[in-house]
Amino acid sequence: MSAIGELSTMTRRKGPMTKEEKKANGRDNKAAYIFLLPWLVGLVAITVGPMLMSLYLSFTDYNLLQPPEWVGLDNFVRMFGDARLHNSLRVTFTYVLVGVPLQLAVALLIALVLDKGLRGLPFYRSIFYLPSLLGGSVAVAILWKQIFGTTGLVNQVLAMVGIEGPGWISDPSTALGSIILLHVWTFGAPMIIFLAGLRQIPNMYYEAAEVDGATTLQRFWRITLPLLSPIIFFNLVLQIIGSFPSFTQAFIVSGGNGGPSDSTMFFTLYLYQKGFGQFDMGYASAMAWVLLVIIGVFTAINFIASKYWVFYDD
Amino acid sequence: MTKLQSLPAAKTTEPGKAPRRRESPGNLAFSRSARVKGLVKHAILIVVGLVMIYPLLWMVVSSLRPNDLIFREPGLWLNSLDMTNYTDGWSALTHPFGHYMINSAIVVLGSIVGNLVSCSMAAYAFARLQFTGKKLFFGIMLLTIMLPFHVVIVPQYILFSQIGWVNTFWPLIVPKLLATDAFFVFLMVQFIRGIPKELDEAARIDGAGHPRIFLRVILPLMVPALATTTIFTFIWTWNDFFGALIYLTDPDMFTVPVALRAFVDSQSATSWGSLFAMSIVSLFPVFLVFLFGQRFLIKGIATTGIK
Repeated sequence: MSAIGELSTMTRRKGPMTKEEKKANGRDNKAAYIFLLPWLVGLVAITVGPMLMSLYLSFTDYNLLQPPEWVGLDNFVRMFGDARLHNSLRVTFTYVLVGVPLQLAVALLIALVLDKGLRGLPFYRSIFYLPSLLGGSVAVAILWKQIFGTTGLVNQVLAMVGIEGPGWISDPSTALGSIILLHVWTFGAPMIIFLAGLRQIPNMYYEAAEVDGATTLQRFWRITLPLLSPIIFFNLVLQIIGSFPSFTQAFIVSGGNGGPSDSTMFFTLYLYQKGFGQFDMGYASAMAWVLLVIIGVFTAINFIASKYWVFYDD
Repeated sequence: MTKLQSLPAAKTTEPGKAPRRRESPGNLAFSRSARVKGLVKHAILIVVGLVMIYPLLWMVVSSLRPNDLIFREPGLWLNSLDMTNYTDGWSALTHPFGHYMINSAIVVLGSIVGNLVSCSMAAYAFARLQFTGKKLFFGIMLLTIMLPFHVVIVPQYILFSQIGWVNTFWPLIVPKLLATDAFFVFLMVQFIRGIPKELDEAARIDGAGHPRIFLRVILPLMVPALATTTIFTFIWTWNDFFGALIYLTDPDMFTVPVALRAFVDSQSATSWGSLFAMSIVSLFPVFLVFLFGQRFLIKGIATTGIK
């Protein structure tokens, strides 16, 4: 079962333990906490502690040199008037809301073509999966910067058929698109999850549909899609959570400034500039919490919406 | 063959099905239609695959060409092997590129050891031991998988800079020693759950305590999960840019991604070739790991996604 499935069943099943149960559970406490010690220390010192600390800092003015100064909601009020921040939100939302569905659609499509016993499946799978491993690297971002440059590979190919392409990454209207394309390029990982999901659909459903004379399209809509919907949901949640904090590609392709004219100024890039460029740590912390809330809200919406379209076979 | 392929094919066979002995034209149609579908599929996959891989191949070829061809030659033909991009790129920065690779290797090694030790310990507790607060902690652990690094980065930076750890590898390695990559804890919990409990029981009857059961029974059986963790940690740490960007500002301490970034920033228009060359060098270890470890990678993705 997936992490997400696990979480949702945990929230569903919530019964108080009986006394005997509690007693029995106490048996391994000492051993358990010893085994958990590194994780617990990490949870407190590396994760939850800093989270709370950043919540506190978000209400302060702090530049690393002077001690933090309490300013109340000032940072959040400032956000309302910060046009660059609004722009960075728009850029990030566009990236996530266009890039993720596009990537998943390609992943599903290729998974459907690849499914079940096609000769050379392992080979194809490897080829499609490789970009997922490389896509997060600086090296590939450098490659992208060249490919979509004014004299880059894309325009060289276009020139062969007589088209003069724009400077994709130097034109504000296409720069974000190039980075979204890089995201779509890494469809291999969700594709593998789809492949594993497709393999779990019992053949008897298709056989029954065959007897009833269902068309290919009908079988896709009525069997594959509903039975795969938990996997689609899982991929959607995972990709949305993973895409909001994207940073490296936009940073490298734009040379660190989110340009041209802020068209690739991702939220995290702006956060980095505020925190580690201008050392406006209070504002950066407030931004970090806004990001966390946004991701939380999106995930919650996802879970609520899933009740209407995700089909559980059990 | 997929069901998608066989349905229309089956329809055509039906009339010819009754007299089964004869080589019916239906059977012929069946195989032909299936073959056409197969060919169409292969054609789609090959075209998509080529489009995806072409930029990488072109990058490799371009790194072996004279610099100016990068902006003129979209093809993959290579007239001669020109290694000057590699020799130039290797020494283009303050240190030879190998220096940054060694730095990266140190961070990667530390992270792998950290993840293997700390995550397997936590996973054993979650999968096999009963303790107060288990459900709560497990839920928190799952939630931390989804926590973006950026939410904790500011205080973490303040913390580590106060201990004097900026421009050391500790901020990149210590969190791994403390099992903060909860993804791997979850992966290992899933794996341990699949190991028959009878094995633990048998060891317990023989008088083994939890440390012994963990070391002698569980760990040897969870080698595939450990391999998956090792490989993923390798690739993610090797590629990690954000952490290194924040904590490593001294060129002596640069890992490969920040070194490449410094290269991009410093390069003149003429050094794309050597930039490409060093990019290839930086991708090579990941490619090797992919080549030899993909079995574990694919399994890891599939098992954390699905039962």
